[in-house]
Amino acid sequence: MELLYFGDKGWGDELFFATLMTIAVSITAMIIGFIFAALFTPLKLSNNKFLNSIGNAYTTVIRGVPELLVIYLFFFGGSGAIMFVASIFGYNDYIEINAFLTGSFSIGIISGAYSTEVFRGALQSIDKGQFEAAKVLGFNKYIYFFKIILPQMLRLAIPNLSNVWQITLKDTSLISVTGLVEIMRQSYIAAGSTRDPLFFYSFAAVLYLMLTFLSMQLLNRLETKYSKGY
Amino acid sequence: MDIELMISSFPKLLNATLITLKLLSVSLILGLFIGLGFAILRMNNNKLINKFAYGYSYIFRGTPLLVQIFIIYFGLGQIEYLRTTFLWVVLKEPYWCAIIAFSLNTGAYTSEILRSAFQTIKPGYLEAGKSLGIPSKIIFTKIQIPIAIKQSLPAYGNEIILMLKGTSLASTVTLMDLTGVAKYIISTTFKPVEVFIVAGGIYLFMTFIIHNVIKYLEKKYGFQT
Repeated sequence: MELLYFGDKGWGDELFFATLMTIAVSITAMIIGFIFAALFTPLKLSNNKFLNSIGNAYTTVIRGVPELLVIYLFFFGGSGAIMFVASIFGYNDYIEINAFLTGSFSIGIISGAYSTEVFRGALQSIDKGQFEAAKVLGFNKYIYFFKIILPQMLRLAIPNLSNVWQITLKDTSLISVTGLVEIMRQSYIAAGSTRDPLFFYSFAAVLYLMLTFLSMQLLNRLETKYSKGY
Repeated sequence: MDIELMISSFPKLLNATLITLKLLSVSLILGLFIGLGFAILRMNNNKLINKFAYGYSYIFRGTPLLVQIFIIYFGLGQIEYLRTTFLWVVLKEPYWCAIIAFSLNTGAYTSEILRSAFQTIKPGYLEAGKSLGIPSKIIFTKIQIPIAIKQSLPAYGNEIILMLKGTSLASTVTLMDLTGVAKYIISTTFKPVEVFIVAGGIYLFMTFIIHNVIKYLEKKYGFQT
Protein backbone atom coordinates (compact mmCIF):
# COMPACT_ATOMS: atom_id res chain seq x y z
CA MET A 1 0.00 0.00 0.00
CA GLU A 2 2.93 2.34 0.65
CA LEU A 3 3.56 2.16 -3.06
CA LEU A 4 0.35 4.09 -3.69
CA TYR A 5 1.20 7.10 -1.45
CA PHE A 6 0.88 10.46 -3.07
CA GLY A 7 4.01 12.61 -3.33
CA ASP A 8 7.60 11.49 -3.68
CA LYS A 9 7.28 8.30 -1.69
CA GLY A 10 4.64 6.54 -3.71
CA TRP A 11 3.14 6.26 -7.14
CA GLY A 12 -0.37 7.40 -6.21
CA ASP A 13 -0.26 10.82 -7.86
CA GLU A 14 1.52 9.53 -10.96
CA LEU A 15 -1.12 6.83 -11.42
CA PHE A 16 -3.88 9.36 -10.79
CA PHE A 17 -2.63 11.63 -13.58
CA ALA A 18 -2.08 8.61 -15.81
CA THR A 19 -5.73 7.67 -15.31
CA LEU A 20 -6.75 11.19 -16.29
CA MET A 21 -4.58 10.80 -19.38
CA THR A 22 -6.32 7.54 -20.29
CA ILE A 23 -9.70 9.25 -19.95
CA ALA A 24 -8.53 12.23 -22.02
CA VAL A 25 -7.17 10.01 -24.80
CA SER A 26 -10.31 7.87 -24.82
CA ILE A 27 -12.61 10.88 -25.10
CA THR A 28 -10.48 12.55 -27.79
CA ALA A 29 -10.31 9.28 -29.73
CA MET A 30 -14.06 8.81 -29.42
CA ILE A 31 -14.67 12.33 -30.79
CA ILE A 32 -12.22 11.79 -33.65
CA GLY A 33 -14.03 8.51 -34.26
CA PHE A 34 -17.36 10.36 -34.49
CA ILE A 35 -15.88 12.72 -37.06
CA PHE A 36 -14.73 9.75 -39.13
CA ALA A 37 -18.11 8.10 -38.68
CA ALA A 38 -19.87 11.28 -39.81
CA LEU A 39 -17.73 11.22 -42.97
CA PHE A 40 -17.98 7.53 -43.75
CA THR A 41 -21.55 6.62 -42.75
CA PRO A 42 -23.04 8.59 -45.69
CA LEU A 43 -20.52 6.88 -47.98
CA LYS A 44 -21.56 3.45 -46.76
CA LEU A 45 -25.21 4.25 -47.36
CA SER A 46 -24.62 5.94 -50.70
CA ASN A 47 -26.01 4.45 -53.89
CA ASN A 48 -22.90 5.43 -55.81
CA LYS A 49 -20.79 2.27 -56.12
CA PHE A 50 -17.47 4.08 -55.95
CA LEU A 51 -18.31 6.04 -52.79
CA ASN A 52 -19.82 2.93 -51.30
CA SER A 53 -16.65 0.91 -51.84
CA ILE A 54 -14.57 3.64 -50.16
CA GLY A 55 -16.80 3.43 -47.10
CA ASN A 56 -16.66 -0.35 -47.06
CA ALA A 57 -12.89 -0.40 -47.52
CA TYR A 58 -12.44 1.82 -44.45
CA THR A 59 -14.51 -0.32 -42.10
CA THR A 60 -13.25 -3.64 -43.46
CA VAL A 61 -9.56 -2.77 -43.34
CA ILE A 62 -9.63 -1.14 -39.92
CA ARG A 63 -11.75 -3.84 -38.34
CA GLY A 64 -9.70 -6.64 -39.92
CA VAL A 65 -6.22 -5.41 -39.02
CA PRO A 66 -4.87 -5.53 -35.44
CA GLU A 67 -5.03 -2.25 -33.54
CA LEU A 68 -1.34 -2.50 -32.70
CA LEU A 69 -0.40 -2.55 -36.40
CA VAL A 70 -2.48 0.58 -37.04
CA ILE A 71 -0.77 2.29 -34.12
CA TYR A 72 2.68 1.36 -35.44
CA LEU A 73 1.69 2.75 -38.85
CA PHE A 74 0.84 6.14 -37.38
CA PHE A 75 3.60 6.12 -34.80
CA PHE A 76 6.36 5.44 -37.30
CA GLY A 77 4.65 6.95 -40.33
CA GLY A 78 2.91 9.95 -38.81
CA SER A 79 5.81 12.38 -38.61
CA GLY A 80 7.08 11.20 -42.00
CA ALA A 81 3.75 11.98 -43.61
CA ILE A 82 3.53 15.40 -41.99
CA MET A 83 7.12 16.22 -42.95
CA PHE A 84 6.31 15.23 -46.52
CA VAL A 85 3.34 17.59 -46.60
CA ALA A 86 5.43 20.33 -44.97
CA SER A 87 8.22 19.85 -47.52
CA ILE A 88 5.76 20.62 -50.30
CA PHE A 89 5.26 23.98 -48.65
CA GLY A 90 9.01 24.43 -48.38
CA TYR A 91 9.50 23.49 -44.73
CA ASN A 92 12.30 20.96 -44.39
CA ASP A 93 13.10 20.73 -40.68
CA TYR A 94 12.36 17.66 -38.60
CA ILE A 95 8.85 17.68 -37.17
CA GLU A 96 7.97 15.46 -34.28
CA ILE A 97 4.32 15.03 -33.53
CA ASN A 98 3.01 14.81 -30.08
CA ALA A 99 2.40 11.28 -28.71
CA PHE A 100 -1.02 12.34 -27.46
CA LEU A 101 -2.11 13.38 -30.95
CA THR A 102 -0.74 10.28 -32.69
CA GLY A 103 -2.29 8.08 -30.05
CA SER A 104 -5.74 9.63 -30.10
CA PHE A 105 -5.70 9.83 -33.86
CA SER A 106 -4.84 6.15 -34.37
CA ILE A 107 -7.30 4.96 -31.74
CA GLY A 108 -9.82 7.44 -33.17
CA ILE A 109 -9.57 5.92 -36.64
CA ILE A 110 -10.17 2.46 -35.15
CA SER A 111 -13.06 3.63 -33.00
CA GLY A 112 -14.48 5.49 -36.02
CA ALA A 113 -14.76 2.26 -38.00
CA TYR A 114 -16.86 0.70 -35.24
CA SER A 115 -18.96 3.87 -34.84
CA THR A 116 -19.59 3.95 -38.59
CA GLU A 117 -21.07 0.47 -38.44
CA VAL A 118 -23.21 1.44 -35.45
CA PHE A 119 -24.58 4.58 -37.13
CA ARG A 120 -25.19 2.73 -40.37
CA GLY A 121 -27.15 0.04 -38.56
CA ALA A 122 -29.14 2.61 -36.59
CA LEU A 123 -30.01 4.69 -39.67
CA GLN A 124 -31.07 1.61 -41.58
CA SER A 125 -33.40 0.45 -38.85
CA ILE A 126 -35.35 3.71 -38.70
CA ASP A 127 -38.75 3.24 -40.30
CA LYS A 128 -38.75 4.48 -43.90
CA GLY A 129 -42.04 6.24 -43.29
CA GLN A 130 -40.26 8.65 -40.96
CA PHE A 131 -38.01 9.91 -43.76
CA GLU A 132 -40.89 10.14 -46.18
CA ALA A 133 -43.24 11.85 -43.74
CA ALA A 134 -40.59 14.43 -42.88
CA LYS A 135 -40.05 15.16 -46.57
CA VAL A 136 -43.73 15.29 -47.39
CA LEU A 137 -44.36 17.74 -44.57
CA GLY A 138 -41.76 19.98 -46.17
CA PHE A 139 -39.41 20.38 -43.20
CA ASN A 140 -36.15 22.05 -44.03
CA LYS A 141 -32.95 20.02 -43.95
CA TYR A 142 -31.98 21.18 -40.47
CA ILE A 143 -35.21 20.05 -38.81
CA TYR A 144 -35.31 16.95 -41.00
CA PHE A 145 -31.98 15.73 -39.72
CA PHE A 146 -31.54 17.18 -36.24
CA LYS A 147 -35.12 17.03 -34.98
CA ILE A 148 -36.50 13.95 -36.69
CA ILE A 149 -33.79 11.52 -37.79
CA LEU A 150 -31.03 12.14 -35.25
CA PRO A 151 -33.07 11.60 -32.05
CA GLN A 152 -34.44 8.31 -33.37
CA MET A 153 -31.01 7.27 -34.55
CA LEU A 154 -29.41 8.05 -31.17
CA ARG A 155 -31.91 5.90 -29.33
CA LEU A 156 -30.91 2.93 -31.44
CA ALA A 157 -27.21 3.77 -31.50
CA ILE A 158 -26.49 4.48 -27.83
CA PRO A 159 -26.43 0.87 -26.54
CA ASN A 160 -23.97 -0.07 -29.31
CA LEU A 161 -22.00 3.13 -28.90
CA SER A 162 -21.40 2.26 -25.28
CA ASN A 163 -19.80 -0.96 -26.55
CA VAL A 164 -17.62 1.12 -28.87
CA TRP A 165 -16.66 3.28 -25.88
CA GLN A 166 -15.60 0.16 -23.95
CA ILE A 167 -13.50 -1.04 -26.89
CA THR A 168 -11.94 2.41 -27.30
CA LEU A 169 -11.15 2.70 -23.60
CA LYS A 170 -9.41 -0.68 -23.60
CA ASP A 171 -7.60 0.05 -26.86
CA THR A 172 -5.95 3.11 -25.35
CA SER A 173 -3.79 0.72 -23.32
CA LEU A 174 -2.06 -0.13 -26.61
CA ILE A 175 -0.73 3.36 -27.18
CA SER A 176 1.56 2.82 -24.22
CA VAL A 177 3.92 1.37 -26.86
CA THR A 178 4.38 4.88 -28.23
CA GLY A 179 5.54 6.18 -24.86
CA LEU A 180 2.49 8.23 -23.91
CA VAL A 181 2.21 8.08 -20.14
CA GLU A 182 -1.25 6.63 -19.56
CA ILE A 183 -2.21 3.90 -17.07
CA MET A 184 -0.31 1.09 -18.81
CA ARG A 185 2.85 3.09 -19.41
CA GLN A 186 2.89 4.48 -15.88
CA SER A 187 2.44 0.98 -14.43
CA TYR A 188 5.29 -0.22 -16.63
CA ILE A 189 7.54 2.55 -15.32
CA ALA A 190 6.48 1.95 -11.71
CA ALA A 191 6.86 -1.81 -12.06
CA GLY A 192 10.33 -1.33 -13.50
CA SER A 193 11.62 0.92 -10.76
CA THR A 194 10.06 -0.87 -7.79
CA ARG A 195 10.41 -4.40 -9.18
CA ASP A 196 6.85 -5.10 -8.21
CA PRO A 197 5.10 -5.78 -11.51
CA LEU A 198 2.40 -8.00 -10.03
CA PHE A 199 1.12 -5.21 -7.80
CA PHE A 200 1.22 -2.45 -10.39
CA TYR A 201 -0.30 -4.38 -13.27
CA SER A 202 -3.04 -5.70 -10.99
CA PHE A 203 -3.65 -2.15 -9.86
CA ALA A 204 -3.83 -1.07 -13.51
CA ALA A 205 -6.43 -3.79 -14.06
CA VAL A 206 -8.42 -2.40 -11.12
CA LEU A 207 -8.22 1.12 -12.57
CA TYR A 208 -9.51 -0.09 -15.94
CA LEU A 209 -12.30 -2.03 -14.24
CA MET A 210 -13.27 1.11 -12.33
CA LEU A 211 -13.30 3.15 -15.53
CA THR A 212 -15.42 0.62 -17.41
CA PHE A 213 -17.78 0.22 -14.45
CA LEU A 214 -18.29 3.96 -13.93
CA SER A 215 -18.70 4.71 -17.62
CA MET A 216 -21.26 1.92 -17.96
CA GLN A 217 -23.29 3.48 -15.15
CA LEU A 218 -23.27 6.84 -16.92
CA LEU A 219 -24.08 5.35 -20.31
CA ASN A 220 -26.96 3.31 -18.93
CA ARG A 221 -28.47 6.53 -17.63
CA LEU A 222 -28.08 8.10 -21.05
CA GLU A 223 -29.71 5.07 -22.57
CA THR A 224 -32.80 5.37 -20.39
CA LYS A 225 -32.95 9.08 -21.11
CA TYR A 226 -33.00 8.59 -24.87
CA SER A 227 -35.37 5.66 -24.87
CA LYS A 228 -37.98 7.68 -23.01
CA GLY A 229 -41.32 7.20 -24.64
CA TYR A 230 -40.65 3.68 -25.83
CA MET B 1 6.54 3.13 -52.59
CA ASP B 2 9.29 0.59 -52.09
CA ILE B 3 8.01 -2.46 -53.96
CA GLU B 4 11.28 -4.35 -53.45
CA LEU B 5 10.97 -4.13 -49.67
CA MET B 6 7.39 -5.35 -49.89
CA ILE B 7 8.46 -8.40 -51.88
CA SER B 8 11.48 -9.18 -49.72
CA SER B 9 9.55 -8.85 -46.46
CA PHE B 10 6.68 -11.02 -47.63
CA PRO B 11 8.28 -14.44 -46.89
CA LYS B 12 9.48 -13.22 -43.47
CA LEU B 13 5.99 -12.03 -42.60
CA LEU B 14 4.43 -15.21 -43.93
CA ASN B 15 6.74 -17.22 -41.71
CA ALA B 16 5.66 -15.18 -38.71
CA THR B 17 2.04 -15.79 -39.66
CA LEU B 18 2.55 -19.41 -38.64
CA ILE B 19 3.21 -18.33 -35.05
CA THR B 20 0.12 -16.10 -35.14
CA LEU B 21 -1.98 -19.01 -36.37
CA LYS B 22 -0.52 -21.34 -33.75
CA LEU B 23 -1.28 -18.86 -30.97
CA LEU B 24 -4.77 -18.35 -32.34
CA SER B 25 -5.72 -22.00 -32.73
CA VAL B 26 -4.32 -23.21 -29.39
CA SER B 27 -5.93 -20.39 -27.43
CA LEU B 28 -9.26 -20.76 -29.24
CA ILE B 29 -9.42 -24.47 -28.40
CA LEU B 30 -8.48 -23.91 -24.75
CA GLY B 31 -10.78 -20.88 -24.61
CA LEU B 32 -13.70 -22.93 -25.91
CA PHE B 33 -13.34 -25.40 -23.04
CA ILE B 34 -12.96 -22.61 -20.48
CA GLY B 35 -15.92 -20.79 -21.99
CA LEU B 36 -18.13 -23.86 -21.94
CA GLY B 37 -17.16 -24.56 -18.34
CA PHE B 38 -17.98 -21.05 -17.19
CA ALA B 39 -21.19 -20.93 -19.23
CA ILE B 40 -22.35 -24.03 -17.38
CA LEU B 41 -21.36 -22.46 -14.05
CA ARG B 42 -23.28 -19.31 -14.99
CA MET B 43 -26.46 -21.36 -15.38
CA ASN B 44 -25.98 -22.99 -11.98
CA ASN B 45 -28.63 -22.13 -9.43
CA ASN B 46 -26.13 -21.72 -6.63
CA LYS B 47 -25.67 -17.98 -6.19
CA LEU B 48 -22.03 -18.17 -5.13
CA ILE B 49 -20.97 -20.25 -8.13
CA ASN B 50 -23.02 -18.00 -10.36
CA LYS B 51 -21.37 -14.86 -8.96
CA PHE B 52 -17.92 -16.39 -9.34
CA ALA B 53 -18.51 -17.15 -13.02
CA TYR B 54 -19.96 -13.68 -13.58
CA GLY B 55 -16.98 -12.08 -11.83
CA TYR B 56 -14.57 -13.99 -14.03
CA SER B 57 -16.17 -12.83 -17.24
CA TYR B 58 -16.62 -9.29 -15.91
CA ILE B 59 -12.96 -8.91 -14.98
CA PHE B 60 -11.60 -10.36 -18.20
CA ARG B 61 -13.99 -8.38 -20.38
CA GLY B 62 -13.54 -5.15 -18.45
CA THR B 63 -9.75 -4.94 -18.60
CA PRO B 64 -7.50 -4.64 -21.66
CA LEU B 65 -5.88 -7.83 -22.92
CA LEU B 66 -2.51 -6.09 -22.62
CA VAL B 67 -2.90 -5.81 -18.83
CA GLN B 68 -3.80 -9.49 -18.62
CA ILE B 69 -0.72 -10.55 -20.56
CA PHE B 70 1.53 -8.31 -18.47
CA ILE B 71 0.13 -9.63 -15.19
CA ILE B 72 0.73 -13.21 -16.29
CA TYR B 73 4.10 -12.69 -17.93
CA PHE B 74 5.74 -10.08 -15.66
CA GLY B 75 3.60 -10.38 -12.55
CA LEU B 76 3.28 -14.08 -11.76
CA GLY B 77 7.04 -14.64 -11.96
CA GLN B 78 7.33 -12.47 -8.90
CA ILE B 79 5.60 -14.96 -6.62
CA GLU B 80 8.46 -16.96 -5.10
CA TYR B 81 6.32 -19.99 -4.46
CA LEU B 82 5.37 -20.34 -8.13
CA ARG B 83 9.01 -20.52 -9.10
CA THR B 84 9.45 -23.74 -7.16
CA THR B 85 6.50 -25.54 -8.72
CA PHE B 86 6.34 -27.13 -12.13
CA LEU B 87 4.12 -24.24 -13.25
CA TRP B 88 7.28 -22.20 -13.58
CA VAL B 89 8.33 -24.29 -16.58
CA VAL B 90 5.24 -22.95 -18.32
CA LEU B 91 5.24 -19.42 -16.93
CA LYS B 92 8.80 -18.55 -17.85
CA GLU B 93 8.04 -19.07 -21.52
CA PRO B 94 6.49 -15.99 -23.16
CA TYR B 95 4.75 -18.29 -25.63
CA TRP B 96 2.79 -20.10 -22.92
CA CYS B 97 2.09 -16.90 -21.00
CA ALA B 98 0.55 -15.42 -24.13
CA ILE B 99 -1.50 -18.58 -24.66
CA ILE B 100 -2.74 -18.55 -21.05
CA ALA B 101 -3.74 -14.89 -21.31
CA PHE B 102 -5.45 -15.32 -24.68
CA SER B 103 -7.29 -18.47 -23.58
CA LEU B 104 -8.58 -16.88 -20.39
CA ASN B 105 -9.61 -13.76 -22.32
CA THR B 106 -11.41 -15.54 -25.14
CA GLY B 107 -12.85 -17.96 -22.56
CA ALA B 108 -14.58 -15.05 -20.85
CA TYR B 109 -16.14 -13.80 -24.09
CA THR B 110 -17.01 -17.32 -25.21
CA SER B 111 -18.77 -18.03 -21.92
CA GLU B 112 -21.01 -15.00 -22.50
CA ILE B 113 -21.74 -16.06 -26.07
CA LEU B 114 -22.56 -19.64 -25.06
CA ARG B 115 -24.61 -18.55 -22.06
CA SER B 116 -26.87 -16.38 -24.17
CA ALA B 117 -27.08 -19.17 -26.74
CA PHE B 118 -28.17 -21.65 -24.06
CA GLN B 119 -30.74 -19.21 -22.78
CA THR B 120 -32.34 -18.73 -26.17
CA ILE B 121 -33.05 -22.46 -26.55
CA LYS B 122 -36.81 -22.85 -26.46
CA PRO B 123 -37.97 -24.63 -23.30
CA GLY B 124 -40.14 -26.81 -25.54
CA TYR B 125 -37.07 -28.69 -26.76
CA LEU B 126 -36.01 -29.58 -23.24
CA GLU B 127 -39.53 -30.50 -22.23
CA ALA B 128 -39.88 -32.70 -25.29
CA GLY B 129 -36.63 -34.43 -24.38
CA LYS B 130 -37.75 -34.93 -20.80
CA SER B 131 -41.13 -36.30 -21.72
CA LEU B 132 -39.49 -38.77 -24.06
CA GLY B 133 -37.58 -40.01 -21.03
CA ILE B 134 -34.12 -38.99 -22.24
CA PRO B 135 -31.61 -38.73 -19.37
CA SER B 136 -30.64 -35.13 -18.58
CA LYS B 137 -26.98 -35.76 -19.45
CA ILE B 138 -27.96 -36.79 -22.96
CA ILE B 139 -30.40 -33.90 -23.24
CA PHE B 140 -27.45 -31.63 -22.49
CA THR B 141 -24.93 -33.20 -24.88
CA LYS B 142 -27.29 -34.14 -27.71
CA ILE B 143 -29.89 -31.39 -27.61
CA GLN B 144 -28.64 -28.33 -25.76
CA ILE B 145 -25.03 -28.26 -26.97
CA PRO B 146 -25.72 -28.72 -30.71
CA ILE B 147 -28.43 -26.05 -30.67
CA ALA B 148 -26.24 -23.69 -28.65
CA ILE B 149 -23.37 -24.14 -31.11
CA LYS B 150 -25.62 -23.30 -34.03
CA GLN B 151 -27.09 -20.29 -32.23
CA SER B 152 -23.72 -18.91 -31.26
CA LEU B 153 -21.93 -19.28 -34.61
CA PRO B 154 -22.27 -15.65 -35.80
CA ALA B 155 -21.14 -14.19 -32.47
CA TYR B 156 -18.38 -16.75 -32.15
CA GLY B 157 -17.14 -15.88 -35.64
CA ASN B 158 -16.71 -12.30 -34.48
CA GLU B 159 -14.87 -13.52 -31.43
CA ILE B 160 -12.44 -15.53 -33.60
CA ILE B 161 -11.66 -12.40 -35.62
CA LEU B 162 -11.23 -10.33 -32.43
CA MET B 163 -8.88 -13.00 -31.09
CA LEU B 164 -6.89 -13.02 -34.34
CA LYS B 165 -6.34 -9.31 -33.80
CA GLY B 166 -5.65 -9.96 -30.13
CA THR B 167 -2.76 -12.30 -30.91
CA SER B 168 -0.87 -9.23 -32.16
CA LEU B 169 -0.28 -8.38 -28.49
CA ALA B 170 2.03 -11.38 -28.23
CA SER B 171 4.62 -9.09 -29.80
CA THR B 172 4.71 -7.06 -26.57
CA VAL B 173 6.12 -10.04 -24.67
CA THR B 174 8.97 -10.60 -27.15
CA LEU B 175 7.19 -13.13 -29.37
CA MET B 176 7.87 -12.68 -33.06
CA ASP B 177 4.40 -13.11 -34.46
CA LEU B 178 3.14 -11.32 -37.59
CA THR B 179 2.87 -7.95 -35.83
CA GLY B 180 6.17 -8.47 -34.01
CA VAL B 181 8.07 -9.09 -37.26
CA ALA B 182 6.22 -6.25 -38.97
CA LYS B 183 7.27 -3.89 -36.19
CA TYR B 184 10.85 -5.12 -36.43
CA ILE B 185 10.97 -4.50 -40.18
CA ILE B 186 9.35 -1.07 -39.76
CA SER B 187 11.81 -0.01 -37.08
CA THR B 188 14.84 -1.14 -39.11
CA THR B 189 13.77 0.24 -42.50
CA PHE B 190 11.49 3.14 -41.46
CA LYS B 191 9.07 2.23 -44.22
CA PRO B 192 5.84 1.86 -42.23
CA VAL B 193 3.40 2.15 -45.12
CA GLU B 194 4.87 -0.66 -47.22
CA VAL B 195 5.13 -3.07 -44.31
CA PHE B 196 1.65 -2.14 -43.13
CA ILE B 197 0.21 -2.96 -46.55
CA VAL B 198 1.84 -6.41 -46.63
CA ALA B 199 1.20 -7.36 -42.98
CA GLY B 200 -2.27 -5.81 -43.02
CA GLY B 201 -3.01 -7.69 -46.24
CA ILE B 202 -2.10 -10.99 -44.60
CA TYR B 203 -4.34 -10.20 -41.62
CA LEU B 204 -7.19 -9.17 -43.92
CA PHE B 205 -6.79 -12.37 -45.89
CA MET B 206 -7.09 -14.42 -42.69
CA THR B 207 -10.13 -12.41 -41.55
CA PHE B 208 -11.67 -12.96 -44.97
CA ILE B 209 -11.17 -16.74 -44.75
CA ILE B 210 -12.53 -16.95 -41.18
CA HIS B 211 -15.52 -14.81 -42.14
CA ASN B 212 -16.38 -17.05 -45.09
CA VAL B 213 -15.86 -20.31 -43.23
CA ILE B 214 -18.27 -19.12 -40.52
CA LYS B 215 -20.75 -17.99 -43.16
CA TYR B 216 -20.54 -21.42 -44.79
CA LEU B 217 -21.04 -23.19 -41.44
CA GLU B 218 -23.99 -20.94 -40.65
CA LYS B 219 -25.59 -21.89 -43.94
CA LYS B 220 -24.85 -25.57 -43.49
CA TYR B 221 -26.01 -25.89 -39.89
CA GLY B 222 -28.33 -22.91 -39.76
CA PHE B 223 -31.95 -23.60 -39.09
CA GLN B 224 -35.04 -21.57 -38.40
CA THR B 225 -36.27 -21.58 -34.86
